[in-house]
Amino acid sequence: MKRRDFFIKSVGAGLAAGAAFSMGGYRKLWGAPAPAAAYDMVAVMGGEPDAMFDKGISALGGITNFVKKGQTVVIKPNIGWDKTPEMAANTNPLLIKRIVEHCIRAGAGKVYVFDHTISNWVKSYKNSGIEKAAKDAGAKIVPANTENYYHEVTIPGASILRKAKVHELILESDVFINVPVLKHHSSTKMTATMKNLMGNVWDRGFWHSNNLHQCIADYATFEKKPTLNIIDCYRVMMRHGPQGTSVSDSMVMKAQIISTDMLAADTAAASMIKMSPEQIDYIPLASKKGIGRMDIENLIIHKIKM
Amino acid sequence: MNSPALRKVRIVLAVVVFIIITLSFVDFRHIIPDKWFNIILFFQFVPSILEFINLPVLASSGFIFVLGLTLITGRSYCSVLCPLGIYQDIMSRAGGRFKKKFRRYRYGKPYTVLRHVILAITLIVMLAGSVFLISLLDPYSIFGRSATYLLQPVVIFINNLIAAVLAFFDSYTIFKVDYIKIPFVVFIIPVLLLGLVSYLSFTRGRLYCNTVCPLGTFLGLISRISFLRIRIDSENCTHCGLCAVNCKASCIDFKNEHVDLSRCVTCFNCLTACRDDAISYGLVKISQGKAETEPDQDKRGFITGILALFAFIPRILRAQDVPVPTKESTVPENRTSPVCPPGGVSIEHFTKYCTACSLCVSACPNRVIIPSIMEYGIAGIMQPRMDYHKGFCNYECIRCVEVCPSGALLPLALEAKKLTQIGKVNFIKENCIVETERTDCGACSENCPTKAVQMVPYIGNLVIPEINNEICVGCGACEYACPTKPYKAIFVDGNPFHQGAKKPEEKELKVQELEEFPF
Repeated sequence: MKRRDFFIKSVGAGLAAGAAFSMGGYRKLWGAPAPAAAYDMVAVMGGEPDAMFDKGISALGGITNFVKKGQTVVIKPNIGWDKTPEMAANTNPLLIKRIVEHCIRAGAGKVYVFDHTISNWVKSYKNSGIEKAAKDAGAKIVPANTENYYHEVTIPGASILRKAKVHELILESDVFINVPVLKHHSSTKMTATMKNLMGNVWDRGFWHSNNLHQCIADYATFEKKPTLNIIDCYRVMMRHGPQGTSVSDSMVMKAQIISTDMLAADTAAASMIKMSPEQIDYIPLASKKGIGRMDIENLIIHKIKM
Repeated sequence: MNSPALRKVRIVLAVVVFIIITLSFVDFRHIIPDKWFNIILFFQFVPSILEFINLPVLASSGFIFVLGLTLITGRSYCSVLCPLGIYQDIMSRAGGRFKKKFRRYRYGKPYTVLRHVILAITLIVMLAGSVFLISLLDPYSIFGRSATYLLQPVVIFINNLIAAVLAFFDSYTIFKVDYIKIPFVVFIIPVLLLGLVSYLSFTRGRLYCNTVCPLGTFLGLISRISFLRIRIDSENCTHCGLCAVNCKASCIDFKNEHVDLSRCVTCFNCLTACRDDAISYGLVKISQGKAETEPDQDKRGFITGILALFAFIPRILRAQDVPVPTKESTVPENRTSPVCPPGGVSIEHFTKYCTACSLCVSACPNRVIIPSIMEYGIAGIMQPRMDYHKGFCNYECIRCVEVCPSGALLPLALEAKKLTQIGKVNFIKENCIVETERTDCGACSENCPTKAVQMVPYIGNLVIPEINNEICVGCGACEYACPTKPYKAIFVDGNPFHQGAKKPEEKELKVQELEEFPF
């Protein structure tokens, strides 16, 4: 039981020491090179969220390229708001359901789903439809509403966010699947892959008051990076983000972007909502940190139309 | 009728009512559906009468039933429906274990003057437009405050212990919950009153109900003439005194074969205790028209005690917590009015009808409603207000409106609530991160459900908040999210009268559909 081991270790060795110690253990698991995929990115258009994922993931060789038998998987959607799926403020529940199903079919030991919500978490989990979708597919839905679920880690590559309290599931799971929804965002202009990771940490106020864009880029350097990023662009909020005021704020785009490269995924996502990546300060900042590739024109992108 | 079944029925009913009402107040998981509260609290006399003044409908007519019930059966309300009464019975029972059974209670003379003075003052203050005294002394509200501020934290503590254990076994069906964050001084009133009630009931049975409680005194005026009542049968009575020993209301003067009906709470303990078949409960006999006037005697300085309590309160109240300024933000928030919850109509209406039972505090899923200290003035102590440093009002939620039993929060449909402005947003640019640090923040706008706070271009690539009070509902999401300390850069100032907010404009989205990937 790795999760419990982690907990006991952290308690036993003291907070800071414990975190560093267990990080050492994770590096072995996470440092392993990602399986060679034929494509840097897969972009799917024209289907339902679940069907698009089926196509997209099989183009990447199936989920078994990322999830091994017996591994613990954590799926991190955006469940930030007490809004229904039509509002497009949260990740599409159908997509989450299908991802969980793939993981379980691949023999994952445990599949967890959580988000540090902004609205009341019980209502957000419920009204987003994600709680039911994930549970039906066999995942465990985990709260993230109290500080005790978070453990302090150091982020050596950071310029400002050198320390953060990160949800234990992110630290303890073998596989981390990041499933943001693409949205307009009032303060950062766009939210997708890297911005979604803000829901992994406890103190978001610090980010807001200490150069939000730099903190987003800083956190992206943290060693527990997503194994896979799946951007839900089925319904996309084009204005009044990140929560929207009405259904008319979003448009049905019926698209999905899948990549192991967070920066490349965000760069592609920016163009989907007709923005240049340079306009979104955290994208160039993350590029400077070497998070991934901003030059997506040089990447092998497999585009699927359904 | 002197069947022992009467007492059993009373106990069963009381236990059921007590459990349901207690659960309503500690329901931190918000499992009880909003609509049920109307039914659960239907018979609570003081909230019901206050609600009826506002909304004379069947749903608020519980007090009429109670009046009828009292006229027919005597003060059954105090034994079966009043949560504080039932609590006192539990305490008395516990007290009985420490005192020899046969000396448990004895007849006591009524504090007639004292209790009628308390009732009169309460009524006068009420007629003058303040619910201060009735809120303070209403048994339902005392119970509500005790359950919310004293019991719920204990239940949450136990819940969190269990949650911690279950997390080890990878189960999250029970999860950790935050406590209601209330100022420490607010604990004092429930602690003192519950302490007083507990002590009195532990040692002297229903002394609180028959001395302090204005509702008990009021119902006592009616129960004097109730149709059904406890009677002593002179022919059978051996003056053994067992009935008086078991009477927690201390209202049976067995030597004179007299039962003080104004104090009898129809608990039927005497029926079970009597071995001589000399005491019964039944219809009044016409011949029994004997006037019952008791000499008044004030004992043991109860007045002094109560007065001391009142004299003490203002002193406690001075100990308010003032925010300690650190460095960052410099301009204090200029608040002119507290924010009362949606449905409150106006500060005037809200404070006039709220008995501070604190059910909304305990029911609020977002923990934004907290008891006030001096925000509504001294008479409004403990009446709830919105504290946007503790939480914000969920745009999609009207639970407080649904649970309020007293009409302080009048019914408001969700769609209407979304168009009710309980306060106005104020922006202090000098405190804003974007201005002071020249970095993006926008936490306020992210959280704003109507986009009354929007980010507009500022210097370079930066965006800064811009406010629009036409569509602001005063939910406080912006204020809660604002990270500046000690003063917020954005805050909601209460509307003394709640106003209408315009619906956020729904413009058609003019974006071309994507045919191909743009990359």
